[in-house]
Amino acid sequence: MNPVFLPPQLLAMKEFLTQPWSWWFSGTMIAAIMFSLVYFGQSFGFSSNLRTICAAVGLGKKVPFFDFDWRSKSWNLVFLLGAVIGGFIAHQFLSEPGAAVQISSATVEDLAGLGIGAPTSLQPDELFGWEAVFSLKGFLVLAVSGLLIGFGTRYAAGCTSGHAISGLSNLQWPSFIAVIGFFIGGLIMTFLILPLIFKQ
Amino acid sequence: MKWMKFLLTGIAFGIVMAKSEAISWFRIQEMFRFQAFHMYGIIGTAVLLGVIGVALIRRYNIKDFQGNPIHFQPKERSFVRYLAGGTIFGLGWALSGACPGPIVVNIGYGFFAMIIVFIFANAGTFLYGFFKDKLPH
Repeated sequence: MNPVFLPPQLLAMKEFLTQPWSWWFSGTMIAAIMFSLVYFGQSFGFSSNLRTICAAVGLGKKVPFFDFDWRSKSWNLVFLLGAVIGGFIAHQFLSEPGAAVQISSATVEDLAGLGIGAPTSLQPDELFGWEAVFSLKGFLVLAVSGLLIGFGTRYAAGCTSGHAISGLSNLQWPSFIAVIGFFIGGLIMTFLILPLIFKQ
Repeated sequence: MKWMKFLLTGIAFGIVMAKSEAISWFRIQEMFRFQAFHMYGIIGTAVLLGVIGVALIRRYNIKDFQGNPIHFQPKERSFVRYLAGGTIFGLGWALSGACPGPIVVNIGYGFFAMIIVFIFANAGTFLYGFFKDKLPH
Protein backbone atom coordinates (compact mmCIF):
# COMPACT_ATOMS: atom_id res chain seq x y z
CA MET A 1 0.00 0.00 0.00
CA ASN A 2 1.28 3.44 -0.87
CA PRO A 3 1.87 5.23 2.45
CA VAL A 4 0.77 8.50 0.83
CA PHE A 5 -2.81 7.24 1.03
CA LEU A 6 -2.61 6.64 4.78
CA PRO A 7 -4.12 9.36 6.97
CA PRO A 8 -1.48 11.37 8.89
CA GLN A 9 -2.42 9.86 12.27
CA LEU A 10 -1.82 6.34 10.93
CA LEU A 11 1.44 7.41 9.31
CA ALA A 12 2.67 8.89 12.59
CA MET A 13 1.70 5.68 14.40
CA LYS A 14 3.44 3.54 11.78
CA GLU A 15 6.59 5.62 12.15
CA PHE A 16 6.43 5.31 15.95
CA LEU A 17 6.03 1.52 15.73
CA THR A 18 8.67 1.05 13.04
CA GLN A 19 11.50 2.67 15.00
CA PRO A 20 13.17 0.64 17.76
CA TRP A 21 10.97 0.99 20.85
CA SER A 22 12.12 2.93 23.89
CA TRP A 23 12.87 1.10 27.14
CA TRP A 24 9.97 2.70 28.99
CA PHE A 25 7.41 1.82 26.29
CA SER A 26 8.77 -1.74 26.01
CA GLY A 27 8.83 -2.25 29.78
CA THR A 28 5.27 -0.96 30.08
CA MET A 29 4.12 -3.34 27.34
CA ILE A 30 5.78 -6.30 29.10
CA ALA A 31 3.96 -5.44 32.34
CA ALA A 32 0.71 -5.20 30.32
CA ILE A 33 1.35 -8.66 28.84
CA MET A 34 2.04 -10.13 32.29
CA PHE A 35 -1.19 -8.68 33.70
CA SER A 36 -3.16 -9.81 30.65
CA LEU A 37 -2.09 -13.40 31.36
CA VAL A 38 -2.94 -12.93 35.07
CA TYR A 39 -6.36 -11.58 34.09
CA PHE A 40 -6.83 -14.66 31.87
CA GLY A 41 -6.26 -16.80 34.97
CA GLN A 42 -2.68 -17.84 34.09
CA SER A 43 0.81 -16.53 34.81
CA PHE A 44 3.74 -15.19 32.81
CA GLY A 45 6.50 -17.81 32.63
CA PHE A 46 7.96 -18.91 29.32
CA SER A 47 10.47 -21.65 30.15
CA SER A 48 7.84 -24.04 31.54
CA ASN A 49 6.91 -24.54 27.86
CA LEU A 50 10.08 -26.61 27.49
CA ARG A 51 8.84 -29.05 30.16
CA THR A 52 5.40 -29.09 28.51
CA ILE A 53 6.96 -29.95 25.13
CA CYS A 54 8.97 -32.80 26.71
CA ALA A 55 5.72 -34.12 28.22
CA ALA A 56 3.74 -33.66 25.00
CA VAL A 57 6.20 -35.79 22.99
CA GLY A 58 5.71 -38.64 25.46
CA LEU A 59 8.83 -38.44 27.63
CA GLY A 60 6.60 -38.85 30.71
CA LYS A 61 6.70 -42.61 30.06
CA LYS A 62 10.43 -42.62 30.77
CA VAL A 63 10.91 -39.79 33.29
CA PRO A 64 8.30 -39.04 36.00
CA PHE A 65 9.07 -35.26 35.89
CA PHE A 66 7.36 -35.17 32.51
CA ASP A 67 4.41 -37.32 33.56
CA PHE A 68 1.73 -34.69 34.14
CA ASP A 69 -1.36 -33.34 32.41
CA TRP A 70 0.49 -31.23 29.86
CA ARG A 71 -2.78 -30.33 28.14
CA SER A 72 -3.58 -28.04 31.07
CA LYS A 73 -0.53 -26.01 29.97
CA SER A 74 -1.38 -25.89 26.29
CA TRP A 75 -2.50 -22.23 26.63
CA ASN A 76 1.23 -21.43 27.07
CA LEU A 77 2.12 -23.33 23.87
CA VAL A 78 -0.42 -21.15 22.07
CA PHE A 79 1.33 -18.12 23.62
CA LEU A 80 4.65 -19.54 22.31
CA LEU A 81 3.18 -19.89 18.81
CA GLY A 82 2.00 -16.29 19.08
CA ALA A 83 5.52 -15.18 20.04
CA VAL A 84 6.90 -16.76 16.84
CA ILE A 85 4.23 -14.98 14.76
CA GLY A 86 4.98 -11.73 16.62
CA GLY A 87 8.65 -12.00 15.67
CA PHE A 88 7.62 -12.53 12.03
CA ILE A 89 5.27 -9.51 12.06
CA ALA A 90 7.91 -7.29 13.71
CA HIS A 91 10.39 -8.18 10.98
CA GLN A 92 8.05 -8.08 7.97
CA PHE A 93 5.85 -5.11 8.79
CA LEU A 94 7.37 -3.08 11.64
CA SER A 95 11.06 -2.74 10.77
CA GLU A 96 13.22 -0.60 8.58
CA PRO A 97 15.09 -2.98 6.25
CA GLY A 98 18.70 -3.41 7.32
CA ALA A 99 18.33 -1.46 10.57
CA ALA A 100 21.24 -2.21 12.92
CA VAL A 101 21.08 -2.24 16.73
CA GLN A 102 22.45 1.04 18.08
CA ILE A 103 24.55 -0.34 20.93
CA SER A 104 27.01 1.74 22.92
CA SER A 105 30.38 2.42 21.30
CA ALA A 106 32.11 0.88 24.35
CA THR A 107 30.37 -2.44 23.60
CA VAL A 108 31.27 -2.21 19.89
CA GLU A 109 34.91 -1.76 20.91
CA ASP A 110 34.85 -4.65 23.42
CA LEU A 111 33.25 -6.97 20.87
CA ALA A 112 35.79 -5.98 18.21
CA GLY A 113 38.40 -7.37 20.61
CA LEU A 114 36.56 -10.71 20.35
CA GLY A 115 36.53 -10.52 16.55
CA ILE A 116 32.83 -9.66 16.40
CA GLY A 117 32.01 -6.78 14.06
CA ALA A 118 29.75 -3.80 14.78
CA PRO A 119 26.02 -4.59 14.37
CA THR A 120 24.62 -4.66 10.83
CA SER A 121 21.27 -6.12 11.98
CA LEU A 122 19.82 -7.46 15.23
CA GLN A 123 22.22 -10.40 15.47
CA PRO A 124 25.91 -11.01 14.73
CA ASP A 125 26.71 -13.15 11.68
CA GLU A 126 29.66 -14.51 13.66
CA LEU A 127 27.15 -16.51 15.74
CA PHE A 128 23.98 -16.86 13.66
CA GLY A 129 25.13 -16.68 10.03
CA TRP A 130 25.08 -19.95 8.06
CA GLU A 131 28.85 -20.08 7.88
CA ALA A 132 29.02 -20.10 11.69
CA VAL A 133 26.12 -22.54 12.09
CA PHE A 134 27.77 -25.12 9.80
CA SER A 135 31.15 -24.91 11.51
CA LEU A 136 31.81 -27.26 14.43
CA LYS A 137 32.58 -24.43 16.83
CA GLY A 138 29.57 -22.37 15.77
CA PHE A 139 27.22 -25.34 16.09
CA LEU A 140 28.60 -26.24 19.53
CA VAL A 141 28.15 -22.64 20.74
CA LEU A 142 24.43 -22.78 19.85
CA ALA A 143 23.91 -26.33 21.12
CA VAL A 144 25.70 -25.85 24.45
CA SER A 145 23.92 -22.54 24.98
CA GLY A 146 20.59 -24.30 24.45
CA LEU A 147 21.49 -27.09 26.88
CA LEU A 148 22.52 -24.58 29.57
CA ILE A 149 19.34 -22.53 29.07
CA GLY A 150 17.00 -25.53 29.17
CA PHE A 151 18.74 -27.22 32.11
CA GLY A 152 19.29 -24.03 34.10
CA THR A 153 15.80 -22.60 33.75
CA ARG A 154 14.13 -25.78 34.95
CA TYR A 155 16.63 -26.26 37.79
CA ALA A 156 15.95 -22.65 38.85
CA ALA A 157 12.22 -23.16 38.17
CA GLY A 158 11.98 -20.13 35.92
CA CYS A 159 13.68 -17.79 33.48
CA THR A 160 13.62 -14.05 32.88
CA SER A 161 9.81 -13.92 32.60
CA GLY A 162 9.02 -16.21 35.54
CA HIS A 163 11.64 -14.90 37.96
CA ALA A 164 12.97 -11.48 36.87
CA ILE A 165 9.53 -10.11 35.86
CA SER A 166 6.75 -12.14 37.56
CA GLY A 167 8.71 -13.21 40.65
CA LEU A 168 10.24 -9.82 41.44
CA SER A 169 6.84 -8.16 40.86
CA ASN A 170 5.50 -10.42 43.60
CA LEU A 171 8.56 -9.59 45.79
CA GLN A 172 9.68 -13.23 45.88
CA TRP A 173 13.00 -13.82 47.62
CA PRO A 174 13.72 -16.99 45.55
CA SER A 175 13.35 -14.96 42.36
CA PHE A 176 15.85 -12.43 43.64
CA ILE A 177 18.35 -15.26 44.30
CA ALA A 178 17.68 -16.65 40.81
CA VAL A 179 18.30 -13.23 39.20
CA ILE A 180 21.60 -12.96 41.12
CA GLY A 181 22.41 -16.36 39.63
CA PHE A 182 21.51 -15.14 36.11
CA PHE A 183 24.09 -12.39 36.53
CA ILE A 184 26.78 -14.60 38.06
CA GLY A 185 26.46 -16.94 35.07
CA GLY A 186 26.16 -14.10 32.57
CA LEU A 187 29.24 -12.30 33.87
CA ILE A 188 31.33 -15.49 33.94
CA MET A 189 30.35 -16.20 30.33
CA THR A 190 30.87 -12.61 29.16
CA PHE A 191 34.22 -11.91 30.81
CA LEU A 192 35.84 -15.33 31.28
CA ILE A 193 34.49 -17.80 28.72
CA LEU A 194 33.63 -15.72 25.62
CA PRO A 195 37.26 -14.51 25.34
CA LEU A 196 38.35 -18.17 25.30
CA ILE A 197 35.78 -19.14 22.65
CA PHE A 198 36.38 -16.16 20.36
CA LYS A 199 40.04 -15.51 21.02
CA GLN A 200 41.84 -14.17 17.99
CA MET B 1 -12.01 -18.24 20.93
CA LYS B 2 -10.67 -19.86 24.09
CA TRP B 3 -7.18 -19.86 22.60
CA MET B 4 -7.40 -16.62 20.66
CA LYS B 5 -6.59 -14.43 23.67
CA PHE B 6 -3.40 -16.35 24.35
CA LEU B 7 -2.41 -16.26 20.69
CA LEU B 8 -2.90 -12.48 20.54
CA THR B 9 -1.04 -11.94 23.84
CA GLY B 10 1.78 -14.08 22.46
CA ILE B 11 1.88 -12.05 19.24
CA ALA B 12 2.08 -8.85 21.30
CA PHE B 13 4.90 -10.40 23.35
CA GLY B 14 6.83 -11.37 20.22
CA ILE B 15 6.48 -7.88 18.74
CA VAL B 16 7.56 -6.21 22.01
CA MET B 17 10.58 -8.49 22.41
CA ALA B 18 11.68 -7.81 18.82
CA LYS B 19 10.98 -4.06 18.72
CA SER B 20 12.61 -3.48 22.13
CA GLU B 21 15.67 -5.29 20.70
CA ALA B 22 15.66 -7.53 23.80
CA ILE B 23 16.06 -10.48 21.38
CA SER B 24 19.42 -9.12 20.21
CA TRP B 25 22.68 -10.77 21.26
CA PHE B 26 24.27 -7.32 21.06
CA ARG B 27 21.82 -5.87 23.62
CA ILE B 28 22.46 -8.73 26.05
CA GLN B 29 26.23 -8.25 25.73
CA GLU B 30 25.78 -4.53 26.35
CA MET B 31 23.74 -5.38 29.47
CA PHE B 32 26.24 -7.86 30.93
CA ARG B 33 29.03 -5.33 30.27
CA PHE B 34 27.00 -2.61 32.08
CA GLN B 35 27.52 -0.29 29.11
CA ALA B 36 23.96 0.91 28.57
CA PHE B 37 20.76 1.48 30.51
CA HIS B 38 18.46 0.04 27.81
CA MET B 39 17.89 -3.53 29.11
CA TYR B 40 17.86 -2.38 32.75
CA GLY B 41 15.27 0.24 31.78
CA ILE B 42 13.04 -2.39 30.13
CA ILE B 43 13.21 -4.89 33.00
CA GLY B 44 13.12 -2.13 35.65
CA THR B 45 9.99 -0.53 34.16
CA ALA B 46 8.23 -3.92 33.89
CA VAL B 47 9.12 -4.83 37.49
CA LEU B 48 8.16 -1.40 38.90
CA LEU B 49 4.74 -1.53 37.19
CA GLY B 50 4.50 -5.21 38.16
CA VAL B 51 5.03 -4.49 41.86
CA ILE B 52 2.41 -1.72 41.76
CA GLY B 53 -0.06 -3.89 39.82
CA VAL B 54 0.32 -6.93 42.10
CA ALA B 55 -0.15 -4.69 45.17
CA LEU B 56 -3.31 -3.16 43.65
CA ILE B 57 -4.74 -6.59 42.74
CA ARG B 58 -4.18 -7.72 46.34
CA ARG B 59 -5.48 -4.49 47.91
CA TYR B 60 -8.70 -4.41 45.89
CA ASN B 61 -9.17 -8.19 45.51
CA ILE B 62 -9.38 -7.83 41.76
CA LYS B 63 -10.84 -10.94 40.06
CA ASP B 64 -9.83 -12.56 36.81
CA PHE B 65 -12.05 -12.60 33.68
CA GLN B 66 -14.10 -15.52 35.01
CA GLY B 67 -14.63 -13.84 38.37
CA ASN B 68 -12.16 -16.08 40.23
CA PRO B 69 -9.85 -14.52 42.82
CA ILE B 70 -6.30 -13.97 41.55
CA HIS B 71 -3.66 -15.94 43.44
CA PHE B 72 0.04 -15.25 43.13
CA GLN B 73 1.72 -18.58 43.75
CA PRO B 74 4.61 -18.05 46.21
CA LYS B 75 7.85 -19.65 44.98
CA GLU B 76 8.99 -22.71 46.88
CA ARG B 77 11.54 -21.79 49.58
CA SER B 78 15.06 -22.92 48.75
CA PHE B 79 18.45 -21.46 47.99
CA VAL B 80 20.67 -23.91 46.12
CA ARG B 81 18.37 -24.59 43.19
CA TYR B 82 17.80 -20.91 42.47
CA LEU B 83 21.43 -19.90 42.68
CA ALA B 84 22.83 -22.95 40.85
CA GLY B 85 20.05 -23.14 38.27
CA GLY B 86 20.13 -19.39 37.77
CA THR B 87 23.90 -19.42 37.22
CA ILE B 88 23.67 -22.25 34.67
CA PHE B 89 20.91 -20.40 32.81
CA GLY B 90 22.94 -17.15 32.94
CA LEU B 91 25.87 -18.90 31.23
CA GLY B 92 23.60 -19.93 28.37
CA TRP B 93 21.84 -16.56 28.19
CA ALA B 94 25.09 -14.64 27.73
CA LEU B 95 26.36 -17.17 25.17
CA SER B 96 23.51 -17.09 22.63
CA GLY B 97 22.05 -13.82 23.91
CA ALA B 98 18.58 -15.31 24.22
CA CYS B 99 16.38 -16.46 27.06
CA PRO B 100 13.56 -18.92 26.23
CA GLY B 101 11.03 -16.32 24.97
CA PRO B 102 13.45 -14.51 22.66
CA ILE B 103 14.70 -17.86 21.26
CA VAL B 104 11.35 -18.47 19.58
CA VAL B 105 10.81 -14.79 18.71
CA ASN B 106 14.16 -14.91 16.87
CA ILE B 107 12.97 -17.95 14.90
CA GLY B 108 9.88 -16.03 13.78
CA TYR B 109 12.05 -13.03 12.96
CA GLY B 110 14.04 -15.18 10.55
CA PHE B 111 17.16 -16.07 12.56
CA PHE B 112 16.75 -19.78 11.91
CA ALA B 113 20.01 -20.70 13.67
CA MET B 114 17.97 -20.26 16.88
CA ILE B 115 16.12 -23.48 15.98
CA ILE B 116 19.28 -25.29 17.12
CA VAL B 117 19.26 -23.41 20.43
CA PHE B 118 15.55 -24.23 20.84
CA ILE B 119 15.98 -27.96 20.20
CA PHE B 120 18.89 -28.18 22.62
CA ALA B 121 17.01 -26.13 25.23
CA ASN B 122 14.35 -28.84 25.18
CA ALA B 123 17.12 -31.43 25.51
CA GLY B 124 18.53 -29.47 28.48
CA THR B 125 15.16 -29.47 30.21
CA PHE B 126 14.93 -33.23 29.56
CA LEU B 127 18.38 -33.72 31.15
CA TYR B 128 17.23 -31.76 34.20
CA GLY B 129 14.16 -33.98 34.52
CA PHE B 130 16.33 -37.08 34.14
CA PHE B 131 18.91 -36.07 36.80
CA LYS B 132 16.50 -34.13 39.03
CA ASP B 133 16.64 -36.52 41.99
CA LYS B 134 20.44 -36.56 42.03
CA LEU B 135 20.76 -32.76 42.14
CA PRO B 136 20.83 -30.65 45.31
CA HIS B 137 17.73 -28.45 45.60
